[in-house]
Amino acid sequence: MKICNRFIYPKSVSDALDAMGQAPGSVKVLAGGTDLLLDLQQGRHDPVDTLVDITGIDEMCRLEVREERLFIGAAVPHRTITTSPLIHQHAPALAEASGLIGGPQVRNVATLGGNVAHALPAADGTIALMVLDARAEIATLDERRSDPLASLFLGPGQSTLDPRRELLVGFEIPLRQPGQGSAFARVMRPQGVAIAILNCSVWLQRQDGIIADVRVSLGPSGPTPRRLTSVEDYLRGRPLREDHIQQAHCLLLDEANFRTSRHRATQAYRQDMAGVLITDTLKTAWERAVHYE
Amino acid sequence: MSNLEMITLNINRQEMQVSVEPGQTLAEVLRENLNLTGTKIGCNEDECGICTVLVDGEPILSCNYPAVRAEGKSVLTIEGLAESTGNGHGPKLHPLQEAFVRYGAVQCGFCIPGQILTAYALLLRNPDPTIDEIRHDLKDTLCRCAGYPTIERAIRAAAFAMRTGQPIPDPEIAISGEPLTVIGNLQVRPDAVAKVTGDAKFTDDLKFGEMLHAAVKRAGIPHGFVRSLNVEKAQALPGVRAVLTAEDIPGQLTHGLVIHDWPSLIGVDQRVRYVGDAVAIVAADNHKTALEALDLIEVTYDVLDPITGPVQARQPDAPQLHEKGNLLKHIKVRKGDLEAGFEAADIILEHTYHTATTDHAFLEPECTIARPTPEGRMEIYVGSQIPYADRYQVALALGWEEKRVRVVGQLMGGGFGGKEDIAGQIHAALLANATGQPVKLLYDRHESLLAHPKRHATQIKLKIGASKDGRLTAVETELYGDTGAYASLGEKVMTRATTHSSGPYESPNVRADCYAMYTNNPPSGAFRGFGVTQSAFAVESIMDTLAEKLGMDPVEIRRINALKVGSVTNTGQVLTESVGLLECLDRTAAKVRELCPGRDPFKPVPMEGAPHVMKAWGLAVAYKNTGLGGGAPDKAGAEVELFEDGFLEVRTSSAELGQGLVTVLQMIVAEEFQVPAERVNVLVMDTDLTPDGGPTTASRQTYVTGNAARLAAQSLREAATATLAERYNLPPDQISFVEGLAQVGDQQVTLGEAAKAMKDEGKKPVTMYEYWAPETKPLGEGGDMHFAFSFAVQAAEVAVDTRTGEIHILRMVAATDVGRALNPLGLLGQIEGGVMMAIGNALTEEFIIEGGQVFTDRLARYRIPSIKYTPEIIPIVIEDPTAEGPYGAKGIGEVISIPTTPAITNAIYNAVGVRVDRLPIDQEKLYFAMKEAAIEKA
Ligand SMILES: Cc1cc2nc3c(=O)[nH]c(=O)nc-3n(C[C@H](O)[C@H](O)[C@H](O)COP(=O)(O)OP(=O)(O)OC[C@H]3O[C@@H](n4cnc5c(N)ncnc54)[C@H](O)[C@@H]3O)c2cc1C
Ligand code: FES
Ligand code: FES
Repeated sequence: MKICNRFIYPKSVSDALDAMGQAPGSVKVLAGGTDLLLDLQQGRHDPVDTLVDITGIDEMCRLEVREERLFIGAAVPHRTITTSPLIHQHAPALAEASGLIGGPQVRNVATLGGNVAHALPAADGTIALMVLDARAEIATLDERRSDPLASLFLGPGQSTLDPRRELLVGFEIPLRQPGQGSAFARVMRPQGVAIAILNCSVWLQRQDGIIADVRVSLGPSGPTPRRLTSVEDYLRGRPLREDHIQQAHCLLLDEANFRTSRHRATQAYRQDMAGVLITDTLKTAWERAVHYE
Repeated sequence: MSNLEMITLNINRQEMQVSVEPGQTLAEVLRENLNLTGTKIGCNEDECGICTVLVDGEPILSCNYPAVRAEGKSVLTIEGLAESTGNGHGPKLHPLQEAFVRYGAVQCGFCIPGQILTAYALLLRNPDPTIDEIRHDLKDTLCRCAGYPTIERAIRAAAFAMRTGQPIPDPEIAISGEPLTVIGNLQVRPDAVAKVTGDAKFTDDLKFGEMLHAAVKRAGIPHGFVRSLNVEKAQALPGVRAVLTAEDIPGQLTHGLVIHDWPSLIGVDQRVRYVGDAVAIVAADNHKTALEALDLIEVTYDVLDPITGPVQARQPDAPQLHEKGNLLKHIKVRKGDLEAGFEAADIILEHTYHTATTDHAFLEPECTIARPTPEGRMEIYVGSQIPYADRYQVALALGWEEKRVRVVGQLMGGGFGGKEDIAGQIHAALLANATGQPVKLLYDRHESLLAHPKRHATQIKLKIGASKDGRLTAVETELYGDTGAYASLGEKVMTRATTHSSGPYESPNVRADCYAMYTNNPPSGAFRGFGVTQSAFAVESIMDTLAEKLGMDPVEIRRINALKVGSVTNTGQVLTESVGLLECLDRTAAKVRELCPGRDPFKPVPMEGAPHVMKAWGLAVAYKNTGLGGGAPDKAGAEVELFEDGFLEVRTSSAELGQGLVTVLQMIVAEEFQVPAERVNVLVMDTDLTPDGGPTTASRQTYVTGNAARLAAQSLREAATATLAERYNLPPDQISFVEGLAQVGDQQVTLGEAAKAMKDEGKKPVTMYEYWAPETKPLGEGGDMHFAFSFAVQAAEVAVDTRTGEIHILRMVAATDVGRALNPLGLLGQIEGGVMMAIGNALTEEFIIEGGQVFTDRLARYRIPSIKYTPEIIPIVIEDPTAEGPYGAKGIGEVISIPTTPAITNAIYNAVGVRVDRLPIDQEKLYFAMKEAAIEKA
């Protein structure tokens, strides 16, 4: 089946941006294609005239430490992320999330950038990045800028990126410091749609037996990926105890907007599973925080 | 617009220039441009994994990988794995390929290239993978024949050979308890090598000159009337060669396996009965143009409210979908005096159970190529379970005499009952007839899910009475089967569901009523288990409830009621032999108790290190008829020929769908002539060249066609003996066949010479035998409704996570009475695959239809078990021979997958106290039921 009229395979960010700007008809960035190509083939996405495949751009395939931050190119496939010692060291939650996406074949091509740019409220990689305080590096022909990750999302499946002018080049996350840990977990269901019923990621800083700082994200808990700040505010400054976890779960239910999705999960089930996931991820992150020197 | 780009690819260590369309996928380039058809397409949606090839050593899904990306990288396909030896003896298989062949990991073979390449990539990185590592890497490479444990063992064996340089270790599989020379020993499938090298051709791999590509315009509404139909714009599209509607059908408008109620095309003012109904068909120069033409066909409908379930269909005010109404059949079973039975009972239980519609999800979607021949005939290339029925129905549609149509059956990438009905055969033939050119009609996964018949969703109300000692006094069932828009095999399937609805138990008083109803859902038909999968779930659930109420053990309650020799079934059949149920039961129970020393396996225990996870075993039993039964004449023809090169050939139209029939036929003929199996060729599924083997359904082929082959071989042997006796002037009893030769007195004669001697005498060294299975009686007349039954008992150990409702099946003990294990290698594949498929039925599979519309219209929504779901499967093979069966064998393909689901649901009850009465098991519902129970307790 024919999926586009023109297929461009640029080798640099500027070539890609040129191609996007000059394309005669509709244009779309293509990464692994595990969302986009399927959507095109199955008619969930309007036909596209030009596809700009960014997986051959060296700069976007880098994964490296840049001063105090870890840079992950948007075109880095999930398999590289799950097997990278740098990610395991600095972003264990992301290693876990990427490792759960698809199977080995999908992970060999599907990218972190595609996971984020697709803008689903429960994309596994996105939820992990949310708690890792990631910033998105965006290129236009005129400038490079770095935006907070959350500013990329407009609504389910809608990002703020301008398809003709803006390319997501990569992500930067702060390097992990002593006393910090992160974790990711999700609940699946054996029938129906492959996407998680609920996922959850936590990052925390452990100091003198208390949670000095913490970030929590659950998906889907609203139209866009989000952090749950009331939970974070409550946990900050407290030791990790069962009663505090329970209270965190209660606050979470107030703040998160869980919905029933047909053939996936009811609201009530999601509410209860949120309790299981927050408990597990908080405990794992807490454990990891003490083990990390 | 054509803007082809020339790229250079390195494929299997060779540089190749190909011109590609923008965004063309690597799979298309491999299959279409380079004719490397070993790469298979199962879904085109990144779900099944069977299109896997390696790019720079890493597995990727070629169906969704732009070919341009592979430039400058090295691509490895299945065709490049075996080393060429250059000595004319064909390639030297890679250890993985050899291990897959020898361990029996190859069944239908459609997924095998993907399995082997995924495994190869793993072994490149990790020369000694654990089972968990194998499961991790093969997680998304599906096999519907599902011999996952065998695949794991084959990979481990290959890894061992690669690491150590030693030969592949022999598989550890027990042979039959009473092996003959060939029968009862491990025999590799004759087509296994071609399936591991990618040489094996399936229908979509065939190419003919001037071949057109077809597409079907489907109604997309579940119920209504076509009011207008305009195909002019589609006809005018350049590249379109024909657009046909109902008016263009030269012969009969409808088809069907039993009742011809299924219109091949719905014409103007005709009723649409399901979303998959066809209204027009197109043939064009390429597939893309054919699809474009579909969009140009203008159809208007009067849309009506759909009938969405069988209970609604039986309401008096429901619209009538067929001339005869909505009732396809009211099926009745009567035995004894039901009222008296309930009066005599000390305990009466009643409950209603529901099973889901499920799809076969064979990995090879339907494909037909119709080719008009210069002699004015029509050849149909198709993977079909009933080639002669295809021939009959295609001929009817064309308005031709049957013999003008030739069905040339192709390898099938799985069938499981789903390739018995007409899919694209008639449509392709109509288009080929109209254009005079070969026409290919290939379904994609979406169309396959929409169109072909499913397993009947069934509602089963069960009421049982029993005395205090556990003996059944009465069983009453009421079933509602959703047969969907058309009859297909619905009546037969629901009959089997009904006659088996009180389980393999002897109850003096039985009454069963089943209403097989037409609805506006996709049709339902045959599916491995043939209705018994559904009713077994109900009766095996209630038997456990009964045991609990009476404070009895689940094994004991079944022992008391089990059918045995001398029992009278609920249809009035007296069982006279080969009832291995008690032995299956005792052996399973003993095995389970051995695995749980010092505790009751049916009581819950927490998982070590995870107190919120509860474990327990559950058990269920099943029986299933072999053969059509019910008074249907059950016969098969087979032909055996001896050639002057000493080789034999056996021919029958029976279908090989991956289940291993060809191997069994090969072994039978080899046994009769005492030659190695490799000396026997098997030709199946060609209506010009092979005699009618009848339908490949009802687990009948080993028995019926097996007997035909055995008797044909015997009579050929006798004819050869007579010739040799004459030629060498010896009494026939001095002639025997041993070790590949004819022993004539004290002289040895080759079989080739024997063939020649026959020809010299003017006798053709070929015999045809038409075997008629023992006569059976229709339901309601008493007597033998079936000529044999197979029995199976299974126990499942499950772990239920009480925090989430997640379920894991840890171990399965599967005991099966097979009569005789003809080929233990193939049998193991059937056992593992049957259990895995049934795990899908229990846990993952639900074909969801809402208001007549299909929700599960992609593989991403219809989930079948991956290797991750594989429990440890402990097979127990019981050989209680049936006198008439070939060497005592009975059918086994179905019975294995019947007790699995209730064994699992019973185990869940034993683990957490929640009774599942609706399939598939819903993790969320299970969670809330457990939560409620916990609150009540507190
Ligand atoms: C079998 C299967 C299983 C899956 N399982 C999971 C799962 O468990 N969890 C999960 O979260 N997802 C899952 N997915 C979804 C998908 O694989 C992931 O979201 C993946 O990360 C998407 O990346 P991609 O590179 O394939 O994106 P693409 O499909 O190439 O692109 C997705 C979108 O992002 C845009 N885009 C991509 N890169 C950029 C860029 N650099 N700049 C601007 N826009 C860009 C594209 O235009 C498109 O709109 C699964 C998919 C499949 C097929
Ligand atoms: S994943 Fe490619 S065909 Fe199924
Ligand atoms: S052998 Fe795997 S699908 Fe048949």
